[in-house]
Amino acid sequence: MKDESTVNIEGAVCAPPLPHGEQIVMGHGAGGRMSHQLIQKAFMSAFDNPALRAGDDAAQLESNLHAKLSISTDAHVVFPLFFPGGDIGKLAVCGTVNDVAMLGAKPLYLTAGFILEEGLPMETLKLVVASMKAAADEAGVQIVAGDTKVVQKGKADGLYITTAGVGVVREGVNIGGAQAKVGDVIILSGSIGDHGIAVLAARGELGFESTLQSDVAPLNHLIDAMLDASNNVHVLRDPTRGGLATTLNEIAVQANVGIMLNEQAIPVHAEVNAACEMLGFDVLYVANEGKLVAIVAKEDAEKILTVMKQTRYGEGAVIIGEVTANPRGRVLLKTALGSTRIVDMLAGEMLPRIC
Amino acid sequence: MKYVTEYRDAALVKGVIEEIRRSVTRPWTIMEICGGQTHAIVRHGIDQLLPTEIELVHGPGCPVCVTPLELIDKALAIASQPNVIFCSYGDMLRVPGSGRDLFSVKAQGGDVRVVYSPLDAVTLAQKNPDKQVVFFAIGFETTAPPNVMSVMQAQRLGLTNYSVLVSHVRVPPAVRAILGSPHNRVQGFLLAGHVNAVMGYHEYPPLVEEFKIPMVVTGFEPLDIVQGILTTVQLLEAGKVEVANAYQRAVTFDGLKPAQDAINKVFMECDRTWRGIGMIPMSGWCLRPEFDQFNAEKRFNVGDIHTKESSLCIAGQILQGLKKPHDCSAFGKECTTENPLGATMVSSEGACAAYYKYGR
Repeated sequence: MKDESTVNIEGAVCAPPLPHGEQIVMGHGAGGRMSHQLIQKAFMSAFDNPALRAGDDAAQLESNLHAKLSISTDAHVVFPLFFPGGDIGKLAVCGTVNDVAMLGAKPLYLTAGFILEEGLPMETLKLVVASMKAAADEAGVQIVAGDTKVVQKGKADGLYITTAGVGVVREGVNIGGAQAKVGDVIILSGSIGDHGIAVLAARGELGFESTLQSDVAPLNHLIDAMLDASNNVHVLRDPTRGGLATTLNEIAVQANVGIMLNEQAIPVHAEVNAACEMLGFDVLYVANEGKLVAIVAKEDAEKILTVMKQTRYGEGAVIIGEVTANPRGRVLLKTALGSTRIVDMLAGEMLPRIC
Repeated sequence: MKYVTEYRDAALVKGVIEEIRRSVTRPWTIMEICGGQTHAIVRHGIDQLLPTEIELVHGPGCPVCVTPLELIDKALAIASQPNVIFCSYGDMLRVPGSGRDLFSVKAQGGDVRVVYSPLDAVTLAQKNPDKQVVFFAIGFETTAPPNVMSVMQAQRLGLTNYSVLVSHVRVPPAVRAILGSPHNRVQGFLLAGHVNAVMGYHEYPPLVEEFKIPMVVTGFEPLDIVQGILTTVQLLEAGKVEVANAYQRAVTFDGLKPAQDAINKVFMECDRTWRGIGMIPMSGWCLRPEFDQFNAEKRFNVGDIHTKESSLCIAGQILQGLKKPHDCSAFGKECTTENPLGATMVSSEGACAAYYKYGR
């Protein structure tokens, strides 16, 4: 710049970074758009088939049995292994039970693969296994097969668990992200952000204490109650990594519809809200492990809401929005002030803001 | 949430907007200097509710966006070294250097950590005496006190393994640069309330006097922002040229003296290049020579790294409020939050990121 007393804007530019296509970075595991791109590029292209392409939480398979099957798998890594409200074992069971159930299926059997780090105290493993057993009992599933590998000290963070689950889809039920219809109502089963913030607080690095509990829970009994009450449940999805915003964006794209949310209707615990404000997070992107989003026909919404509220994990259920014709593939949010804004998918990793 | 919810009260905000509507008689262009305010404006949709006469333009107050490429390249070089724990505020990890960012360095084995406070980095240095702990000290006046406190704390503890890579910027020289530009069309300023909480606003009357435009100290919640806009509009309509304080619950004229003393003890003013804008004389802070032992640029011998921006994006014009994000042909197409072409798309405080995220 020749004359430094005035600002020359003409030559002012920024350098384009390389996209993260060369190596795995943390953002690839955050459940947002980078995760989606990884799945598309690395896995979908190799394994492509109709069940996978449907893009739901579980795959729906034709079988020679009298019913369709719902199959899903989920890998679990969490630090710390134990956090208020749950642990990696409960997470591993509930995560897969929920994914299987989100197609309107009754989960029956799970398998579990354990990657254990050398030096892991046996007592820790026992506690995790007991927790898995308790969660499986609550969900009414059996863990029928498993595998164990041990890796050298430093090659894993204590233990990782991968579970796979299979269930039977209810007869006559056709639930999936593509089934959302214009005019449908969107129900959320309770407050959002509890799990993500509870785990973050449990790491003890944030300088504040919290009584917040993770919401991790098996949701199959809640889903049973909903499906007993109505034949007009179109979509079920649990907003885990990437949060409510990412889940609804997935559905908007799958069904090629718009989604309009009412910001004020979305329940958030005061503690979660305060933590998000302090840390610079948007609660719409914070993970949940015991909540579901249901998209249902408007005429059945009240009926479904009523039965949800009578269940343990659905008592905080509320209507948070509706499915609209436009803008297709987009999620809009009506702010408390009455303006609207677009709610995008989580991009990469959720990063705290500087100020 | 107490002390926050009240300032997001829809009825109160709408009441102030009504008053803005009643007060305004002609078009005005107002710049909010701070990226945090840009974020709040777009998140709450305040820009949609304002009368069409008011145009908000977004200023260069995003510390992540304006950190110069050369310093990011130095950060990447230091973070790549073995035996270094490199600590940074979160959103700095995504900012592109020349072909890499801190995420890439981390993925290749660099020990890069997100901290919420530089004092956490000092604690890391205490716990890891065999490692060099470096904190990327970026920001405006707001983050200067904690950043200098970390240096003072490290000195007090006698730590020899803690250093800071400083890229501090100051608001008043940026305001002067924007107003002095022949392209300037900003008629009123919303000043960054958090900066003023530290510094007060005694630095601004000379600027108001020189450029004859009103400036209003403004907070960050919706009610604070519309109150700041209302005050600015009232001053503009009345033809008054002065600094007003619409954020009195946090800001005094003189600011926080102990924080300013700490800053002056450790930092001194220096020239600073702003990414997307260029060099603005005496617009930055750097470490005083007596704190050289805590200067990461000296400790790691990265003085040879000199880089310049290479490609075309209009971040520079956006940071000065000359253009809006959707004036850029790449916006939302080649340039998205997960594949940003420019710094304004990278930080969540950047105007492009706010526009993209909230669908403007």
